[in-house]
Amino acid sequence: MNGADEAPQQRVKPDPPGYFEGESMTRRRAFTIAAQGLGGIAGAAIILPAVGFAVAPIFHRGKERWEAVGPVSDFVEDTYRQVVFTETEGIGDAGKTTAYVRKSSAELEEEPGKYVAVSNRCAHLGCPVRFVEAAGNFICPCHGGVYDFQGKRIGGPPVRPLDQFQARVKNGQVELGPRYSVTSQLDPVRARDPGEFTGGIWEYLYPPRPSTFPAP
Amino acid sequence: MPKLRVPKIPDSVVPAPLRKPAKPGQGGNGKGQAPQDLKTSPPERETHVQRLGNQAKEAPVDILAWVDQRTGASGFLTGMLYRKVPKGTNWFYTLGSATLFAFIVQAVTGVFLAMFYTPSATQAYASISHINNDVPLGQFVHGMHKWGASVMVILVFVHMGRTFFFGAYKYPRELNWVIGVVLLILTMTMAFTGYLLPFDQRSYWASIVGININGTGPVVGPYLSDFLRAGPELGATTLARFYAIHMLLVPGAIIALIGAHLYLVMKLGTTAPPWMKMDKPKVAASVAQLDAGVEGNGNGRVNGAGRSNGVHVDGDSAT
Repeated sequence: MNGADEAPQQRVKPDPPGYFEGESMTRRRAFTIAAQGLGGIAGAAIILPAVGFAVAPIFHRGKERWEAVGPVSDFVEDTYRQVVFTETEGIGDAGKTTAYVRKSSAELEEEPGKYVAVSNRCAHLGCPVRFVEAAGNFICPCHGGVYDFQGKRIGGPPVRPLDQFQARVKNGQVELGPRYSVTSQLDPVRARDPGEFTGGIWEYLYPPRPSTFPAP
Repeated sequence: MPKLRVPKIPDSVVPAPLRKPAKPGQGGNGKGQAPQDLKTSPPERETHVQRLGNQAKEAPVDILAWVDQRTGASGFLTGMLYRKVPKGTNWFYTLGSATLFAFIVQAVTGVFLAMFYTPSATQAYASISHINNDVPLGQFVHGMHKWGASVMVILVFVHMGRTFFFGAYKYPRELNWVIGVVLLILTMTMAFTGYLLPFDQRSYWASIVGININGTGPVVGPYLSDFLRAGPELGATTLARFYAIHMLLVPGAIIALIGAHLYLVMKLGTTAPPWMKMDKPKVAASVAQLDAGVEGNGNGRVNGAGRSNGVHVDGDSAT
């Protein structure tokens, strides 16, 4: 630097002020960036695990659970039998759910030798529906949803047929397993919450959740 | 309308140097005697007991002064509490404070309910029964919390309606409206999450329906309802989750946003009701009068002094 040789009033000033020779940024700026960066890392180290902890259940699928609900002789083709079993463990009665179970019917062109377990959870907003024997329909008390014998919607606000539970026979007992939803043609899809359409484009608008079991 | 006066602040909270001296001839120290010759009759010295008494009298002032000197709170508080409000301010303007009061009731009763409540799916209902049936005043405090929740929701809406119909959301108060809307949403979140906590049939089914309504949102809905339930079904952790949201997460956010809301109210002031006519622009008129007045006055008053009289906006019309 030859500034000393020049006239004093011509002294070279760093531009912008505060820079030292050969520096690309001021120290103040370097420290500001460093401090903010470290603060951001420290903040993320606190926030991210906490948020992940709260959000994790979305991605967690519990253990598959099967429960015997009665001997095969209990269930017939032309009407339902109401059974109560535990869907969620650890919370007592609140974890229980109701299903209406029958044998698959040749009249309805269903695969023979199977058992059909219709959930009583209304596909509108999740109220409990009741099977009315005289009408052969499921009727929801909350907003008047009506489903036919197979659980297909025939009236009211529900958006899809009633959910079903996987059913199998083991040691002469009918066992019920994970829940699944069905399309309007009763094709099984992964379980959806009430109020969510199934089938077609709705499979993308209401994507399947990782916390549910694959459809049978 | 009489001019609003700052009420006289009692001497017990004013530090001695700031107290107004007594007017001459009235005495001020209670003795009320004319000054005497100090040599012939020196003033009585206060006794030890008197001095202690005086110190005791000064103690509240000293404590307040100590705090005030270190916080500067008195300037802030007088600015806040004696701020000017527009003409026509009426009972509708108390709705915000009423909502704040409702929130404080919820906060206080909620803290005490938490002392007896168990956020467990198997024990929650029993603990609420215990509060209602066994704990002294339990049903009363629970009732305050339960009915106070409805009161708060109603007041929030009435307060919002007042703001809307008075046009008080307009410039420069838009941000306060936005904060208010967030507070409305948080209040609804409180109402929703609190509903599950008693864990009776009504709570259970209302929460099922509420979560399922959340789930009907496209794309994110299913994940949102899974988040709320902490799983695919309403389970053991759902209640704990609702409890944490209800008593930790949302109240903290509400308190912070109420602070911001009030700060903006203080900074921006309130609006006059829409039926109040705007005051005539006093400045121009005053200056005109002033010019006329100074010529005819002739008492040697400088222009500036007169102007400060004329331009000064009186308390009523400061908006």
